[in-house]
Amino acid sequence: MQVKRPKLTFWEKSYIPQIVHGLWLTLRHIPRRKFTRMYPEEKPVLFGDYRGAPTLVKDPDGRVKCVSCQLCEFVCPPKAIRITPGFRAEQAFDANVEKEPKEFVIDMLRCIYCGYCEEVCPEEAIFLKNVFAITGYKREEMRFNKPKLLELGGVQPDSIWKWKYKGAPPPGTPIAPVRDGTPVEPKAGGH
Amino acid sequence: MNELIIHLIKIVCVIGVMLGIVAYTVMAERWICAWMQDRIGPNRVGPFGVLQPLADGLKFIFKEDVLPWHVHKFYFTLAPALTMVPALITIAVIPWGSNLPIAGHAITGVIADLNVGILFIFAVASLGVYGIVLAGWSSNSKYPFLGGIRSSAQMISYEVCLGLSVVPVFMQAGTLNLMKVVEYQGRHLPFVCYPYLALSFFIFLVSAFAETNRLPFDFPEAEQELVGGYHTEYSSMKFAMFFLGEYANMFVASAVMVTLFCGGWSLPFAPFNAPAQTLGVGLAQIGIFLAKVLCFLFFFIWVRWTLPRFRYDQLMALGWKIFIPLTILNILITGVVLAVVTK
Repeated sequence: MQVKRPKLTFWEKSYIPQIVHGLWLTLRHIPRRKFTRMYPEEKPVLFGDYRGAPTLVKDPDGRVKCVSCQLCEFVCPPKAIRITPGFRAEQAFDANVEKEPKEFVIDMLRCIYCGYCEEVCPEEAIFLKNVFAITGYKREEMRFNKPKLLELGGVQPDSIWKWKYKGAPPPGTPIAPVRDGTPVEPKAGGH
Repeated sequence: MNELIIHLIKIVCVIGVMLGIVAYTVMAERWICAWMQDRIGPNRVGPFGVLQPLADGLKFIFKEDVLPWHVHKFYFTLAPALTMVPALITIAVIPWGSNLPIAGHAITGVIADLNVGILFIFAVASLGVYGIVLAGWSSNSKYPFLGGIRSSAQMISYEVCLGLSVVPVFMQAGTLNLMKVVEYQGRHLPFVCYPYLALSFFIFLVSAFAETNRLPFDFPEAEQELVGGYHTEYSSMKFAMFFLGEYANMFVASAVMVTLFCGGWSLPFAPFNAPAQTLGVGLAQIGIFLAKVLCFLFFFIWVRWTLPRFRYDQLMALGWKIFIPLTILNILITGVVLAVVTK
């Protein structure tokens, strides 16, 4: 392609007007509002559907939702998840029908935050939540175990109370399918 | 004996203040570039980050000093010192103030009041190029070599512009002694106010950017093209010497410009336009000098974060085809003007 070269005047060829304009431009930016976020003190604002680290959630009754079907373990591309299946406590009312993971470990050094585990989970027990700063001094600290994952996940205040109401929310329960506590308009059709 | 002690005190003060300013110029560079890019800049070490230079220095000291197997060890070690030392020597002839009347003695505001001050500066400052050339050559690898080649071509050709551009200043002042040049400007006007000397100033300013390897003329290091140019192979304190040497050279260039063109320690009104009679005025004049130097340092930083790098052939064309004829023409004009005026 032939690029047209504009005919410059002598004054333009001296670069001086452009240099002066450039200097004025950078000078004007000095007193402007700064965009830097003072990170550790000032956290970023995350939106409701932010997908950070995978965590385990409990239902509003405080029940561990995971039934250790191990689908997430199988689907996990980097093989970050290790589940040791176990049974529920003898005295639990659903002890005869449901399993529960004895241990559930996600190696955060391997996790790639793809969200397949959340997608595949039939019990909606694993969610990518707003956990994004994952640090540790040792490899062992980066292997999140079941209590840690449950602590990060917390209670999921959604409408699926499998045992109590069989799918239908109790009358008067605010339906707020959310990920991190920020209310989001429920989608048409819902769960 | 007394003289010697006074001189030693002056040397310690001047070098101390200069190195302090150099350290904080690095800091200011980081702050100002951050502000120009709508960022905040370093603010973690100490209140508002003012202790950052200290942290940087400590970091440099504790870094591993890598000596690659392929370098020429003697020259490789010598080169960083060669860039730093000329900057520290040249500051000796720059008048920081007129004089400080203490206990009946008038202590002059310059370490060495040489009659050939500016020649001394050019003589010593041009040694600085050896540091870079030696660094490029002794590193024995490709990028530093290119950096060294560029710097030898660039710095030597701009040395000519620098030398020729100050000739009108001395034609006007009638002396090479920097103290007398400043006193002349105090009696009359700072030299930037004369049109022909303003042209000299402009050429000197642009050439100073080339001499100190600052953007838009930082070809010897040119990170994007030459990795780090002449200091690619350097690490730890040796690298820090190059780094500080660059800023020390900026300081010296600013001080020379202030002295030659902007009235040095003087302001064009009493009592600052004549050598000080009281200690207060003497100290104020040192303050005036430093304030002017800081303005120039800001300008150096400001330009660096505004302009992109020129092309190498543009730099050489600017030096040889434009500036050298212009300076010679300017000497002629100055001669004619002075002949007409004095007649």
